[in-house]
Amino acid sequence: MTVAVDQVAVTSAPKPRGFQITPGRIGLYAFLIISALFFLIPLLIVFNTSLKPMDEIRAGDIFDLPIDPSFAAWAEAWTSACTGRNCEGIRVGFWNSVKILVPSVIFSILIAAINGYALAQWRFKGSELILGALMLGAFIPYQVILYPMVRILSTVGLYGSLPGIIVVHIIFGLPVLTLIFRNFYSGIPIELIKAARIDGAGFFRIFFSIMLPMSTNILIVALILQVTGIWNDYLLGLIFAGRENLPMTVQLNNIVGSVTGERTFNVDMAATMLTALPPLIVYFLSGRYFVRGITAGAVKG
Amino acid sequence: MVGALGRNLTSKAVLTPTIIAMTVCFYGCMAWTIYVSFTRSGMLPNYDLVGLAQYDRLWGDNRWHVSFANMFIFGVLFITGALALGTLLAVLIDTKVRMEGAFRTIFLYPLSMSFIVTGLAWRWFLDPTDGLQSFVRSLGWETFEFDWLVDRDMAIYTIVIAAIWQGSGLIMAIMLAGLRSIDRDVWKATKMDGIPTWRAYVSVILPQLQPLVITCVVLLAITVVKSFDLVVALTNGGPGFASDLPAKFVVDAAFERANIGQASAAAVMMLMAVIAALAPYFYLVRRRS
Repeated sequence: MTVAVDQVAVTSAPKPRGFQITPGRIGLYAFLIISALFFLIPLLIVFNTSLKPMDEIRAGDIFDLPIDPSFAAWAEAWTSACTGRNCEGIRVGFWNSVKILVPSVIFSILIAAINGYALAQWRFKGSELILGALMLGAFIPYQVILYPMVRILSTVGLYGSLPGIIVVHIIFGLPVLTLIFRNFYSGIPIELIKAARIDGAGFFRIFFSIMLPMSTNILIVALILQVTGIWNDYLLGLIFAGRENLPMTVQLNNIVGSVTGERTFNVDMAATMLTALPPLIVYFLSGRYFVRGITAGAVKG
Repeated sequence: MVGALGRNLTSKAVLTPTIIAMTVCFYGCMAWTIYVSFTRSGMLPNYDLVGLAQYDRLWGDNRWHVSFANMFIFGVLFITGALALGTLLAVLIDTKVRMEGAFRTIFLYPLSMSFIVTGLAWRWFLDPTDGLQSFVRSLGWETFEFDWLVDRDMAIYTIVIAAIWQGSGLIMAIMLAGLRSIDRDVWKATKMDGIPTWRAYVSVILPQLQPLVITCVVLLAITVVKSFDLVVALTNGGPGFASDLPAKFVVDAAFERANIGQASAAAVMMLMAVIAALAPYFYLVRRRS
């Protein structure tokens, strides 16, 4: 189809020329390159600054390349960056985020997959209503729910704990994930289930031996959505995780916001890079799945 | 053979925890917040109804006025900006450019990062003493000024810029998928009629993508109402409360100023904003089907 587009350009303005270098084409590339710079510069500056020592930062400009690039600030950010008087580095937040992420991702995907399968293939009176309620739930702003949720979790003794924040992530992930799985399993012909049922397979047997092996693609999409979403979460971690379990994003903001002593921009920026890196790696590894993951719930729902 | 009732029982049993969680945590909490917004609640919830007193007080609060107005400034500029830039990039990429994959990757990567990271990166870049302003001055343009970050009237626009930076890639990806799904014959028809490419995009192709545009607007509108992390990292609502947004107002009211009544009333206003953003969408979806 892109070929057709180009032919249109050629036929609508036919000019005797060997190459396709037209002013329009140059303008197009110029705009794309300027846009690319707009998207790259903020992160490149953070990266650039994280490689410089402090005296070089004070003397020079943000665009100056480091004279002697070094990851010293990264090491300092990892092991001894300070939040107030606590100087244990951003690794504390990193490991907290990992501890929150792993169970949240596994349980939310497992529960949502089984829910989606039940809603798609084992319908009953009222299952459409549940689906509608889930879908609307995805649109409620967190702020409407936060305070009463804090009270509920305090009542059951989970507020400010690791299990507490994990439960919160699982619950808040349910609507979108369930919709994604439900849409996926709706596409699988019901005859398949019927045949399995005649052979005597039950709800879980069919799910684990037939459905799950067919779900690789949608599992990858869900995985990307949850890993980046939970890693990047700030608000839920801030409110529900408690002082001991603050995720990396919250700790990063605290480190940068701490004004004890001299500002160490290189350490702040190294800490920022370290926080940005895990989802960036997921992004670069996942390619086209990433877009599907980000848009799946919203566009299809 | 298991009977119809038995089969459904497993499905129902599996869904029961989800139904309970949804009912209690989403709808129950929402109902609680709505109810509390009509009560005398202050530091602690209090269940005496006082009508619209909390809302009266909320709308008498200058900080709330600024937050609410900011949501509209931010919303209009961010949605138009991201939609325009994202669509333009999608159209340009669609015209058979070299290194398409590289451009796509660059335009989309900010989406994978936390709003905290985005906010901090832009805070440093726009910082008047260390960032862009001092760089341009060091090049010799001594009077160059770009201090929106610390300017009461302009701070909200830095949030718009950072949000467009983060969000345009998503619009590009959605619109590009749409452009690629346009029927070859449509292009052939415009070619036969001798319509210039740009004209074909404006009058024929983009109007066909209207459902996608509506989806994008809804996605962006929800981002606007939910925007919290970005403000916290970029301006922290400042200078003063000049760049505050409702999402931050509610969290501050509930967890810092400990005013549950005000937090609830403001949260209900956020809910109304989401409903206002979604209503036209559901109306269109219903009318089409």
